[in-house]
Amino acid sequence: MLLYFGFVVGIGFALKPNMKTSKDFFQAGRALPAWICGLAFISANLGAQELIGMGASGAKYGLETAQFYGIGAISAMIFVGIFMMPFYYGSKARSVPEFLRLRFDEKTRALNACTFAAMTVFSSGISMYAMARLMQALHVFDGLFRSQGWAPQGIFTFSIVLSAVIVLAYIFMGGLASAIYNEVLQFFLIIAGFLPLVLLGLRNVGGWSGLKASVPAAYMHEWKGVAHASTNPMGVEIVGLGMGLGFVLAAGYWCTDFLVIQTAMASKNMESARRVPLIAAVPKMFFPFLVVVPGLLAISLPTPHSTTVTRVENGAIIRETTVVSPQVEQGRGLVPAKMNPVTGKPMLTASGEPLLDYDMATPNMLLHFFPTGILGLGLTALLASFMSGMAGNVTAFNTVFTYDLYQSYIHKGGSDRHYLMVGRCATVGGILLSIGTAYAAINFNNIMDTLQLVFSFVNAPLFATFLLGMFWKRATGHGAFSGLIAGTATAMLHHGLTLPIEARPGIHGGWIAVLHHYPSDMAQNFWTAIFAFWMNFIVTVAVSYCTKPRPESELVGLVHSLTPKPERAQLVWWKRPEALAVAILLTVIALNIFFY
Amino acid sequence: MNLDLRIPIGLMFALAGMILAAFGLKTDGNEALYARSLGINVNLWWGLVLLAFGLTMYVFGLRGQKRIEKEKNRK
Repeated sequence: MLLYFGFVVGIGFALKPNMKTSKDFFQAGRALPAWICGLAFISANLGAQELIGMGASGAKYGLETAQFYGIGAISAMIFVGIFMMPFYYGSKARSVPEFLRLRFDEKTRALNACTFAAMTVFSSGISMYAMARLMQALHVFDGLFRSQGWAPQGIFTFSIVLSAVIVLAYIFMGGLASAIYNEVLQFFLIIAGFLPLVLLGLRNVGGWSGLKASVPAAYMHEWKGVAHASTNPMGVEIVGLGMGLGFVLAAGYWCTDFLVIQTAMASKNMESARRVPLIAAVPKMFFPFLVVVPGLLAISLPTPHSTTVTRVENGAIIRETTVVSPQVEQGRGLVPAKMNPVTGKPMLTASGEPLLDYDMATPNMLLHFFPTGILGLGLTALLASFMSGMAGNVTAFNTVFTYDLYQSYIHKGGSDRHYLMVGRCATVGGILLSIGTAYAAINFNNIMDTLQLVFSFVNAPLFATFLLGMFWKRATGHGAFSGLIAGTATAMLHHGLTLPIEARPGIHGGWIAVLHHYPSDMAQNFWTAIFAFWMNFIVTVAVSYCTKPRPESELVGLVHSLTPKPERAQLVWWKRPEALAVAILLTVIALNIFFY
Repeated sequence: MNLDLRIPIGLMFALAGMILAAFGLKTDGNEALYARSLGINVNLWWGLVLLAFGLTMYVFGLRGQKRIEKEKNRK
């Protein structure tokens, strides 16, 4: 672990002499090779939520979770690479909100920049909190604390400060380039830590067919049963899945979130920038194997129960009792039940079943299969995933803050050195704010859920704005702005009026009135996104027709129909992004048929 | 950028692999320790895998670094 930390900070030092201008710091000088950016592209997203959350969904919903990859991420990545990257990279915008200003107007950008900056800070705080909790639960630093004689309560603070200091150190010195380099390092580390876990786990249940035999049949199919909500574990029908996940949620995330787009914009030329998401899609195809399967394996194992073994040894009767806490016993496989911290009893769902703490699926797998030695590697991988997610958030925050808020509204026309300094301060400020969020999350347990909910309201309609902006030259700034507001309002309203079947009204929805029940929270999420998307779409179109269009000469390079086709005769056909995209698409289809 | 990323990646994994494999060798035959990993000495095997991966990356990295420096000199 120490070795890893040493290298992480070392990269920051090694890159420091390169950071002379704000462009170097915020955009990595736009000089990185495509493969590095590609791996960073997925690694920025491979944060804690991904690693822990996908394992959790794997345990909860089975192989259908892989849909997040197949029709979710991969197709969105192909779309952003082929169709959208030319506008991001070609428009010379330095951030996603800045693109919105070029295409629409100041207020759309300000709205997007503010919500985005707030979101990155809070989500990195939330992931910090989650990490510190996990470090506590897994007793990672217990040995260290005991040997130093420190109070065990300090573990939480220690984990937060440790990760914050490391991330701060390398971003402060090396900027985006350093964050990207480290994300690549983390990418390999995560594979190194999780691949042996999957291999051991599969071997334990007797290979793929053994896994098939030990979990309910519905868990092993990606597509079977999606025609109707009641016949698949996720409770989502094909329309909600395809539209909600594929078209709106995943596309909205991968195509508009500056967190991931920034890595592609750091590459050295247009062709590489377009290849970045495509290169990223290749390993992404195989990620379900790495992150979803551990969750499945966790529920396939027998649930531990308290047992008493009686044996006779040298005439004496020896009773050995293994006591398992009710938390574990009420669980399923390696997934423990969620405990109520006040009463100490397992929490129950509305239907009386014990509520399972699926987030522990992947971490418990690590503890179950790894002996000392490689366990350190596995935990480092987990830590690395937290830090890569955090680092991505922090670099996205400092760029958006400096370019879109500070330079545009607070202090215009300063020197480049000045902005470089501001960027570094923003890095420190962003991390401090994240730490604050992490501590706020301790005291108000609901704050995390609430924040994530609010983000989903803001994010759900975004993709419609970009889609219209890039492919419909008539769309206007007023249209985009009112569309975004209407979309967010719709998302809120929809959430307030519906409820997943197993939850009580409140944070999970239905806080206005319950008009409709969804079979799962996943289904509710998808439909919220669908409604928000179409509301934004309709309002943007309607308002655009009522307002004055911008002259076409201003939109060259920003809208599809007004942008000259890029010259790419110098590339052999199989090196073109399109060829790569088709190859990826075919492989994904093949994988999907195989896991049907 | 003046640093080929494959060099630090290679170094890190080679070092980590060596440590893991060494630990695996030392604890080889310790059945209690490897009971959780189904009796396989994962430390040794995975350490060797990481070592091989690290060295490959390192070698390719050195090649890439030479190219970077050549291009720099040309400029």
